[in-house]
Amino acid sequence: MIWIEDLWKNFENKEVLTGLELYIPRGETLVVMGQSGCGKSVLLKMITGLMKPDQGQIWIDGEDITILTRKALNRTRRKLGMLFQSAALFDSMTVAENVGFMVSQHMKLSKREIDEIVAEKLRLVQLDGTQDLRPAELSGGMRKRVGLARAIACNPEVILYDEPTTGLDPITALEINRLIRDLHQKLQVTSVVVTHDMASAFSVGTRMAMIHQGQVIAHGTPDEIWKIDNPVLQQFIAHENHHQN
Amino acid sequence: MNDQSSIQRQTLYDSRNFLIRFIDFAGSRALNWISGLGSATMLVWETWSLAFRPPLQFKLLVHQLYLIGVNSISVVLISGLFTGMVLATQGYHQLIQLSAEGTLGKFVTVSVVKELGPMVTAFVLAGRIGASITAELGTMKVTEQIDALEVMATNPVKYLVVPRFLACAIMLPILTLFAIVFGIAGGYLAAIILFDMNGLFFLKLAQANLFINSIVISLVKASAFGMAIASIGCYKGFTISSAGGAEGVGKSTTGSAVTSLVSILALDAFLNHLLYTVWGLQ
Repeated sequence: MIWIEDLWKNFENKEVLTGLELYIPRGETLVVMGQSGCGKSVLLKMITGLMKPDQGQIWIDGEDITILTRKALNRTRRKLGMLFQSAALFDSMTVAENVGFMVSQHMKLSKREIDEIVAEKLRLVQLDGTQDLRPAELSGGMRKRVGLARAIACNPEVILYDEPTTGLDPITALEINRLIRDLHQKLQVTSVVVTHDMASAFSVGTRMAMIHQGQVIAHGTPDEIWKIDNPVLQQFIAHENHHQN
Repeated sequence: MNDQSSIQRQTLYDSRNFLIRFIDFAGSRALNWISGLGSATMLVWETWSLAFRPPLQFKLLVHQLYLIGVNSISVVLISGLFTGMVLATQGYHQLIQLSAEGTLGKFVTVSVVKELGPMVTAFVLAGRIGASITAELGTMKVTEQIDALEVMATNPVKYLVVPRFLACAIMLPILTLFAIVFGIAGGYLAAIILFDMNGLFFLKLAQANLFINSIVISLVKASAFGMAIASIGCYKGFTISSAGGAEGVGKSTTGSAVTSLVSILALDAFLNHLLYTVWGLQ
């Protein structure tokens, strides 16, 4: 589904990605782990076409998005949904307008049909009835869930999550993890979750990859990841677990 | 002797170092400025190329027309009124020295129509609308809302810049008309209340010097000012670094207002030369 080949990115002489290779099969939930500043969010920005790599290719459904025109890139983007770290809800709009934004922009549907889609997606994230609220009236967890409803509004094939549990209390974080797993089962989508929350990573991931010094140093199922004898990976897992405990 | 030559060498080295640092500073500032001008031009070009391409965002345009027009009308009217009053007061004291105080109606009308009407309106809107556009788009940028638009396959220039650009280009001339009417009214009030002049005579002179050409030129200038305010406001908002946070938004908002004011003056000088000198319009 998504194949990342020899990806390089440099910021003012700081090399963030140095020939990163990654394959994300259709229907899997891949968790990308790594220390802060290792390039996890940069990787997501490149998958969505928000940032261009210095070198390398990103293939989504057989198309190299690094060389697409804006129009073609936007066609590919309609297959994607993204939950931003800060949720990035449009604060001048209501919850319903936020969730229905992509539908109203790209599908020729009546207002009633859009309202039905919005209600259905909000039900999936257990927030039905909040249509008329503004983002400022929502809690952190609710904002993330509305962001998730917005991300799945157009039935994407791929959902990207940027630090979905960061800044949330443990109970709400568990709730978000459960939602990610539920959506994966119900919608059968491919997911990429960027996080350094180990509880979340092992809870939602069907595959995991660890980025260190711009490259993937470990890749496998959660069971395989536990067994990989890589000191950086083991230190990271142990440290993050200790930190969370 | 040795000490003296070593001091001389050090002084020469310091001054050479200072010169190099100065050239480095000036060069990098100039490059930044040229690069910024290039990016701003690209933004204006993209705005023009997307402005009339479907889907036309009428709902967003109407919303912006409302925000810019309705919310600015009171401050434009008050500014226009007082500008006319100040103009009449200053003009009266100058004209009386030439025994030409009777022409105050002409003086106020020509000044307000040709110059002060569009200029005062543009200044008011640069501070009010230009800065608010930058603050709004800048906040959207730092909170990843503009990234979210892109990821949802919506062009941020089409969705955010085009409606603001068109609304400013349409609303500035309309507000300028109001500013002109209230400017003349302010001059009239000052003339009859402060200087006990004949109001009917003032109005007759004002009417005799109201030419459709002058009004059209004034409205064209106002529209150009509107485009400049919207372009600068949007560009400054779009180019805030995501890491800049609230401080970055504040700096860019101030920068937007200042750049707009300077640009309006420069554009006014250029358009006056083009319209009145090169094309010979009156």
